[in-house]
Amino acid sequence: MEIINLKIDNKPVVVKKGTTVLKAAESIGIDIPTLCHMKLDDLNIENKPGGCRVCVVEVKGRRNLAPACCTEATEGMEVSTHTMRVVNARRTVVELILSDHPADCLICAKSGNCELQDLATRLGIREIHYKGEQSTYREDTSPAIIREVNKCVMCRRCETMCNEVQTVGVLSAVNRGFNAVVAPAFEMNLDHSVCTYCGQCVAVCPTGALTEVDETGAVIRALSDPTKTVIVQTAPAVRAALGEEFGMPAGTLVTGKMAAALRRLGFDYVFDTDFAADLTIMEEGTELLGRLSAFMEGDKNVKLPILTSCCPAWVKFFEHQFPELKDIPSTARSPQQMFGSIAKTYFAGKLGVKREDLVVVSIMPCVAKKYESSREEFAVNGNPDVDYALTTRELAQLIKLANLDFRSLPDEDFDQPLGESTGAGVIFGTTGGVIEAAVRTAYEVFTGKSLPRLDFEELRGMDGLRKATIDFNGTPINIGIAHGLGNARKLLEEIQAGTSEFHAIEIMSCPGGCIGGGGQPYHHGNAEILKKRQKAIYAEDKNKKLRKSHENPYIKKLYEEFLGAPLSEKSHHLLHTQYFDRS
Amino acid sequence: MADYTMHVLVCGGTGCKASQSELIKLNFQNRLSELGLSDEVQVVMTGCFGFCEKGPIVKILPDNTFYVHVTPEDVTELVEEHIVKGRKVERLLYVDPETQASVHDAKGMEFYKKQVRIALRNCGFINPENIDEYIARDGYAALGSCLLEKTPEETIRIIKDSGLRGRGGGGFPTGLKWEITRKSVSDQKYVVCNADEGDPGAFMDRSILEGDPHSVIEAMAICGYCIGADKGLVYIRAEYPLAVERLKIAIKQAREYGLLGEDIMGSGFNFDIEIRYGAGAFVCGEETALIHSMEGLRGEPTVKPPFPAESGYKGKPTNVNNVETFANIPPIINKGAGWFAAIGTEKSKGTKVFALAGKINNVGLIEVPMGTTLREVIYDIGGGIKDGREFKAVQTGGPSGGCLTKDFLDTPIDYDNLLAAGSMMGSGGMIVMDETDCMVSIAKFYLEFTLDESCGKCAPCRIGNKRLHEILERITEGNGTKEDLDRLRMLSTVIKDASLCGLGQTSPNPVLSTLDHFYDEYLAHVDSKTCPSGQCKALLKYTILEDKCTGCTLCFRNCPVGAISGEKRSPHYIDQSLCIKCGVCYEKCKFDAIIIG
Repeated sequence: MEIINLKIDNKPVVVKKGTTVLKAAESIGIDIPTLCHMKLDDLNIENKPGGCRVCVVEVKGRRNLAPACCTEATEGMEVSTHTMRVVNARRTVVELILSDHPADCLICAKSGNCELQDLATRLGIREIHYKGEQSTYREDTSPAIIREVNKCVMCRRCETMCNEVQTVGVLSAVNRGFNAVVAPAFEMNLDHSVCTYCGQCVAVCPTGALTEVDETGAVIRALSDPTKTVIVQTAPAVRAALGEEFGMPAGTLVTGKMAAALRRLGFDYVFDTDFAADLTIMEEGTELLGRLSAFMEGDKNVKLPILTSCCPAWVKFFEHQFPELKDIPSTARSPQQMFGSIAKTYFAGKLGVKREDLVVVSIMPCVAKKYESSREEFAVNGNPDVDYALTTRELAQLIKLANLDFRSLPDEDFDQPLGESTGAGVIFGTTGGVIEAAVRTAYEVFTGKSLPRLDFEELRGMDGLRKATIDFNGTPINIGIAHGLGNARKLLEEIQAGTSEFHAIEIMSCPGGCIGGGGQPYHHGNAEILKKRQKAIYAEDKNKKLRKSHENPYIKKLYEEFLGAPLSEKSHHLLHTQYFDRS
Repeated sequence: MADYTMHVLVCGGTGCKASQSELIKLNFQNRLSELGLSDEVQVVMTGCFGFCEKGPIVKILPDNTFYVHVTPEDVTELVEEHIVKGRKVERLLYVDPETQASVHDAKGMEFYKKQVRIALRNCGFINPENIDEYIARDGYAALGSCLLEKTPEETIRIIKDSGLRGRGGGGFPTGLKWEITRKSVSDQKYVVCNADEGDPGAFMDRSILEGDPHSVIEAMAICGYCIGADKGLVYIRAEYPLAVERLKIAIKQAREYGLLGEDIMGSGFNFDIEIRYGAGAFVCGEETALIHSMEGLRGEPTVKPPFPAESGYKGKPTNVNNVETFANIPPIINKGAGWFAAIGTEKSKGTKVFALAGKINNVGLIEVPMGTTLREVIYDIGGGIKDGREFKAVQTGGPSGGCLTKDFLDTPIDYDNLLAAGSMMGSGGMIVMDETDCMVSIAKFYLEFTLDESCGKCAPCRIGNKRLHEILERITEGNGTKEDLDRLRMLSTVIKDASLCGLGQTSPNPVLSTLDHFYDEYLAHVDSKTCPSGQCKALLKYTILEDKCTGCTLCFRNCPVGAISGEKRSPHYIDQSLCIKCGVCYEKCKFDAIIIG
């Protein structure tokens, strides 16, 4: 390992060869401000176009200033990070960016979470010396994401996520000079593009240029309508992140406080998407076993590997990009949609409420869930199974509006029957979780034996592509896991080429799985936050009395009272779906 | 050319072709054939002669007669008089503007006297579509000697010793670039020829590709041999159809002759060239942007390092040189490093091609030794300022260069002197301005160009140049303040210091150099709200002199906005708040009663 000696602000630093000036400075407590730069260490994601020029520093012997984020430290280098020349350039650059930015911070969706705002505060910008024309672009609204392009600072983070990480290729820089902006090709609207609504662009946007569609108002209206019964479901990843919105450390589990808050917001029943996750396992697991058994009996037409189908962005991705593979994913609907469907049939029946008078709200770590709930096949006579899908951030907003001191709320339980879940349902929130949950159930159903262990460490972690072979009592089952659509693409290409070794593959669009979803509290480029959320999810699983979906008593009851058995006709009707060629 | 007794060279550059030089050539061929002279007189369509101001140009050899502004109709007379009877057609000869005498031998033309043509050696001399003519002029001898007699290291040594520096603008030592790319270890390397000429008015690369494409092909092959690449790519703008066409022909011929392809000259060295088209983005002249454009990505630069020599096209080591740089390589190999190094100044060797444009008599393409002064270029070669006006400034280095005043006229031109003077060599654009040019407007004009051509990636260039332009606009519209002048300077300094690529790092040069050299002119715009050259329309003020106005009402009747009022036969006056400075009143007044101030 080659060692580099340099000086930053007269302090000697020793770093490995290949380290950037930014990192080298960080190692001795010098925090050079950045804007466009973003590095998610464990996920191997980096955006450093060197475009914003906020991190410029003076390097002795160099004619012009150097961007610290993409300048490699070299032997004997002498760097100054706060000379008058540097500070002047840095402030001027930020002033210039602000001069082409709408100054509507007070009412901006990103206010308080905006990295440009923070930067202006940090640099003490009090006046913009170079005022002039501002760029104007039309706003682009889709079912899930709003592009307020006037606020784009050309950091290109969204582009990196969309192209390099997700390989979706919708967002890229268009036009030149002052008119340059990030947009879909031909500046078309997002809903005309192949956008999957994964929301990773929203997750990394430093400003308010990309945000989710805000449905809090509609939910407040529903809650205040006395003719409606309003019920809520909360996705597993939400409880591991919501606390961050209230100043709690990343990884704090707030399941009980969240249930308490939802009840105080006025929801008539506070349910859990984890229940539907258990139900998903029953359906998807049975489907997996069915295909596996057929395969082993020599059925050449059976489609393997089976792919999970919980993630709506992933579904839209293969519908656009791999339509010829649309028979491969499980036909099981996502937990959100299973919940909606059961709520508006089984539960509405129990209550004696018409489906039109039952409003189903879901709290999701995701922006694509907004799109998913709006898909036509998930509605009956125009009445959607899920009426509103809010993000974790939107829930935090509602809690704040209701004057609740979140941190001092008591821990409360979910309501029954749709609030009971096992640990298997909880781990749906992280990459690897769905397939681990499926293994727990499929193993026992397949082998008829009790699992010797419940923690499948080989399926866990943060690597973008993982694989493991699980011994199903002498039958080796090959499992693949991908998070991030770019990684998913690799596995799909293997399937296309006929070289896939897997029997089952779990795919989640967002890096980290749902804990890293586009609707979660902003991580601002800190991958540690995702790891802490993941840890919290596994902790919740461990604390559960029941950890296998098929042991959930309310699931058993649901089948007994209503559905019959997994993959029954009723199940097919209510819990399964079909996919479309959108290429 | 041995069988012919006479040669008629017709310029086939883009400019002359646009003025029917193709038809001129055809008329020559037809007339000569009618007279049975086709075997004695050869008609050749060549590349550009450089003296575009006087095109279409026809040169007749062996007596070196230079005919200007030739039309297709002139051909019969030229054939019958000059070729048949041996009498020069006086009316088509070039007339020296100083002496008013017709010049009979091109050697006597001031335009050519001080030129030394290395890169342009074959332009206007050979038929670019015939490889044999190139070979007859030592073509591919350099490649042969490199492949068969020299190691790559020895060849690089020659280029290094010659002192050749990149002609695209940066001035990086070419031999050193080759050496670095050679040292990069990789299974695949590339040679890229940057033919994305983008400076407004500059057309040296186009002329070389149109007039002598083989020189570039040969040099690229030599470069490939030196750095260890078997693949060459020419990135050329699609707006150069003639250059593309001639390049294609040349590549095809070179392949047929075994000068491109496998095992060239039995040396075991393989090399071939592909053409890639650019869409005419100025920023794609920047090498990293050029490479991204070739890769099918958005043409925008990335931070260097890594330099293309380490990681370029498709992530492989890539040597990017400009057309003119390549065109210098074969003569350097043929004549030796010492020969080349003896031309020019201490740190800038050889010659440089300049595109002369603006308020100058001899607009065209010239090649002079480094160290030639601006005065020699503008007055001796360029024939001085048009219409006998006063020289005011010369802009060198294209849109990102600077404006130099008459104080710099005796500065020897080379990379370092131009930089020291606040301008740069650039690719060799040279635009001359006279006393009627407003320097604030000039700065604004250049900025408009960079504003359009900025890729928009980095904030200082994307937004900063826009703000600079807005300030200049304010000033030329009479709304500028003295603080604006300070702002211009401060902002320019930051844009230069903080921008990502060469475009942004140089774009404020026209502003800074005009601020330095023409500060009084800026002051006049902001203090007294006047434009000393009378170019800034908004700052003009039309007034009617009471004592001269007869009250004829002509101005009143012609004013398109009703800004003029007055009784018949008594003095009129102009309402300044309504006046749109169109100047109609001024033109119409028969009594010189309207003045511009």
